Amino acid sequence: MIPAEFDYTAPESLDAAIKALADGGEDAKLLAGGHSLLPLMKLRLAAPALLVDLRKVPGLHGIEREDGSWRIGAMTPHTDLEHSPQLGIFAKAAGTIADPQVRNRGTVGGSLAHGDPASDLPAVLLAADGSVTVQGPGGQRAISAGELFRDYMETAIEPTEVLTEVRIPSLDGWGFGYEKFNRRSEDWAMVAVSALVKQTGDICEEVRVGLTNMGSVPLRAGAVEEALRGKPLSAESIASAAEQAAEGTDPPADLNASTDYKRHLARVLCRRALGQAAGLT
Amino acid sequence: MSTGEASTQATRIAAEQTDAAPAPSNHVGQALRRKEDPRLITGKGTYVDDINLTGQLWAAWVRSPEAHAKIVSIDTSQAKARDGVRAVYTHEDLDIEASLPMAWVPPGIEVNTPDHWVLAKGEVKHVGDPVALVVGDDRYEVFDAAEDVIVEYDPLPVVTDPEKALESDSPVIHEQFATNKVSEWSLGGGDLEAGFAEADVVVERRIVNHRIAGAAIEPRGVLADFRADRLTVWSSTQIPHLLRPFLSMLLGISEDRVRVIAPEVGGGFGSKLQVYAEEVGCAWASRKLGRPVKWIETRSEGMMVTHHGRDQIDTVRVGAKRDGTITAWHSKILADIGAYQMFFTPMIPELSAFVMCGVYKTPAVQTDVVNVMTNKFPTDAIRGAGRPEATHMIEVTMDQLAQELDMDPLELRRKNFIPPFSEGHETPIGVVYDSGNYELALNKLLEHIDPAKVRQEAAELRERGIYRGIGFCTYTEICGNAPSRIVGPSGFGVQGGGWESAAVRVHASGAVTLYTGTSPHGQGHETGFAQIVADRLGIDPAQVDVIHGDTQAGPWGLDTYGSRTLAVGGEAAARAAGKVAAKAREIVAHQLEADPADIELREGRFSVRGSPDKGMTLSEVAGAAYAPENIPEGMEPGLDEQSFYDPENFVFPFGAHACVVDVDAETGKIDVVRYVAVDDCGPAINPMLIDGQVHGGIVHGVGQALYERIHYDQDGQLVTGSFVDYALPTAAEMPSFETDRTETPSPVNSLRVKGVGEAGTIAASPTVTNAVIDALRPLGVTFINMPLSPMRVWEAIQEAKGGVAA
Ligand SMILES: Cc1cc2nc3c(=O)[nH]c(=O)nc-3n(C[C@H](O)[C@H](O)[C@H](O)COP(=O)(O)OP(=O)(O)OC[C@H]3O[C@@H](n4cnc5c(N)ncnc54)[C@H](O)[C@@H]3O)c2cc1C
Repeated sequence: MIPAEFDYTAPESLDAAIKALADGGEDAKLLAGGHSLLPLMKLRLAAPALLVDLRKVPGLHGIEREDGSWRIGAMTPHTDLEHSPQLGIFAKAAGTIADPQVRNRGTVGGSLAHGDPASDLPAVLLAADGSVTVQGPGGQRAISAGELFRDYMETAIEPTEVLTEVRIPSLDGWGFGYEKFNRRSEDWAMVAVSALVKQTGDICEEVRVGLTNMGSVPLRAGAVEEALRGKPLSAESIASAAEQAAEGTDPPADLNASTDYKRHLARVLCRRALGQAAGLT
Repeated sequence: MSTGEASTQATRIAAEQTDAAPAPSNHVGQALRRKEDPRLITGKGTYVDDINLTGQLWAAWVRSPEAHAKIVSIDTSQAKARDGVRAVYTHEDLDIEASLPMAWVPPGIEVNTPDHWVLAKGEVKHVGDPVALVVGDDRYEVFDAAEDVIVEYDPLPVVTDPEKALESDSPVIHEQFATNKVSEWSLGGGDLEAGFAEADVVVERRIVNHRIAGAAIEPRGVLADFRADRLTVWSSTQIPHLLRPFLSMLLGISEDRVRVIAPEVGGGFGSKLQVYAEEVGCAWASRKLGRPVKWIETRSEGMMVTHHGRDQIDTVRVGAKRDGTITAWHSKILADIGAYQMFFTPMIPELSAFVMCGVYKTPAVQTDVVNVMTNKFPTDAIRGAGRPEATHMIEVTMDQLAQELDMDPLELRRKNFIPPFSEGHETPIGVVYDSGNYELALNKLLEHIDPAKVRQEAAELRERGIYRGIGFCTYTEICGNAPSRIVGPSGFGVQGGGWESAAVRVHASGAVTLYTGTSPHGQGHETGFAQIVADRLGIDPAQVDVIHGDTQAGPWGLDTYGSRTLAVGGEAAARAAGKVAAKAREIVAHQLEADPADIELREGRFSVRGSPDKGMTLSEVAGAAYAPENIPEGMEPGLDEQSFYDPENFVFPFGAHACVVDVDAETGKIDVVRYVAVDDCGPAINPMLIDGQVHGGIVHGVGQALYERIHYDQDGQLVTGSFVDYALPTAAEMPSFETDRTETPSPVNSLRVKGVGEAGTIAASPTVTNAVIDALRPLGVTFINMPLSPMRVWEAIQEAKGGVAA
């Protein structure tokens, strides 16, 4: 629990942060809430030579509405999301992260940039069709959720880029459900399913389902979406569609869950999350 | 009759009064708030890590990443060359006189006990085995330097499965024994064969009691300071008094020159009842370097090299008549004790045997224990130490028997209960339970929870896919360690005694200090002991300062473990206070010209019976005792007494617990909905302290049943090395506990009390397990072993569905 030696800087502007990152080279790392990075350093699984702390950089904090969609600053802590019910599924998912201490420190930007498939927000962003804005020496660009997550803890963000904000399209009129399964309330998800449903009458206009910890990256349950899109929503149709939740997935077994068990959980949680989203439970 | 004789007689009478009758009580029995809490919750507690000495160095340990390997070479040159590194030691550098202690030598039993050095000699036997000690100026630097020590290992075959470890082709961990088997030990009584022959049904189960950690929130820590021929060691330990003679022996420093201090200790749960390599190593290094040496355990080290507990495969066989009458009980324990033997390692599994009858009339009982070594860290006492394992075996099997007989599990228990007794009940193995009223506790429990109602709720919930179950446990346990004659070298084989000491010093002002030889780590000794002493001296508990955990303050003691504090240490405190009170009576009688036998304690004064206006307060008595111009002829001045109390017998708390769980049959997740506990530890000294112990104890037992597990893979790698994987439950996982008590006095001590520190843990794991099996029965699951993780429950349900017996 003692990290290796490192240098530390806390620049006061975004440009200075980007420059510090670029100057630091390969061994420089951004520090946001520190609740993923610092444990890795203490276990000596990571040993960056320089930490560039974002805490003094202005403009990376807050939740704003713009033309119906949402902009969330990268340094906004999970707690703020949790207590913004207007964010719907994001508020609900953020409220399931660990415990209050972690939610007070951990940030939405850090969570997405870390790219841990067991974390809650990545699959939610994927289901919400959201994106992130990053800024680097070459300027600013947007990365859609679909492109963001490359592999286990690997994202499309360049080492010299800073994730500055998260964008979520308007989800007005969508129903949502979030089902996270873990042993203790503070644990990462063994499996989680996020469901978003837009319906007219009982017809499912649009549906999106995100899967957490079912592979090396967050996934969409395409077969489930396919089975429901344009169809009437009922307990039966949802149950039958949810049977396909694990289609095409091969989640690695771990201490708490075998591959089979995870796939089973995905089906159960998918049915439950869709039921919530469709207002059936 | 001379004055001397009269006063002796008065002393005796007074002592008898305090011994036999409960003290004229004001404070005992009240739920006084804990005296220790204001300082603890305002951050004013001083733990080892809060103590820093001028010139202090830091220690770090180079630990083996291999579970079993030959050490080919150790290159310390790079580490030594680092700035700030003062020394790097390996086994050859240490001139420590002996290997780490193991204190159980059972007469007539061979125990294969390997040497266990502070630093590994030639081979490493488990992951985390220390191979080098780095000492330097700064905590961070020594950690970096430890990574620079280059150790070449030649891996040896590893065994982590205790059953495989007994097979003839298994790798042998300590070659000198040519086997991994450590010992075989049995305890039985009654005619087992006849009992089974008489039985209409025999139920046999293989019950796995998996390995867990103590997981105290304060990690271990040591600060050792050798200077001017004296060694002072601050350690986060449960046993400062026991640690001292071992430091003395291992380092060759006269015992009087060794001082051990356990400052504030943030939890132990048995895991700090140990003589650890780090304590001895830091003390040795401090002497070698002439500087204080400090080490604070990291959580990763804590999971790896702070002793674990349990880890048994138990084969339980019970025979019974159709009507439920138990005729015979046979438990076979295979205990996986890890790669070495620490303080009490091989003794803990045997402790199960003493209560293998549970609360039942079992006429014939036998416990066979086989200890075996594997490439894991050693086990030793963890909260309950042998009794949770016994109770789990007994109470889970009782439900299995009820299932087999198609009988209500409570009816089966009542059928077999030992009837109420107040002056001892001897079980077939010769253990004498002190007092018990098991029916009373169960009836009290059923005032709080109605099984019929729970079953009705269960039927309704089942329609929604929720399976509700209710489980029970009626238990007794053995604590109050320990009567020296029973446990000592020629008895059970512990190389020491079981007494406890206390000293009560009334200062000239009348202020009172109690020195206790017990050493708390969160229990609330300062509050409960103050209540006991205060009532015997007619003062307020706030006026009694309780000093503990410092071998230089007060008489030698035997520390805190095994639920001994109150029943042994509290009794010693009561006796020491009783001696002070007796002397006070004599002084008062002398000054007021009355008979000592007529002096009574009344509203804070020692006054003459019948004339309450004639009397003296404790501070007036103290004034007279220290300015002794008017004390009885021949009496020594001062008001300062001590007591060493060695109990005649153990005490046997008991109780009845119930738990309601909801199982999500689709996912296997278990939700503890209610937990009701009725415990009997005799008359309450402080009900709030009891509740605190029971709450924590239950969490520990529920934690083992549902969440916690120390797990090594086949290569001997520790898989659950942090709190992410070692699922210590939090408040969020627990229901609000419902607790109640019955109060059956113990005949063993004058306080009439029994211990309660481990009771919750002892009762909880079978209670929860039985509730889960009860919930799953409609799904065809009739038995399941801990830990009841969602996946294990789900798999059991799948197996039952597939028609495969679980
Ligand atoms: C006990 C515990 C339990 C947890 N449980 C959960 C859980 O259940 N669910 C869950 O989702 N998470 C959980 N977490 C993780 C927590 O949410 C983290 O805080 C979060 O994942 C990372 O956010 P952070 O701000 O702490 O990032 P940091 O740890 O500071 O950084 C993480 C990584 O992202 C990079 N980074 C950070 N910010 C940026 C940025 N703006 N631009 C580019 N790169 C950046 C860093 O360089 C680093 O590589 C848990 C953490 C702990 C300690």
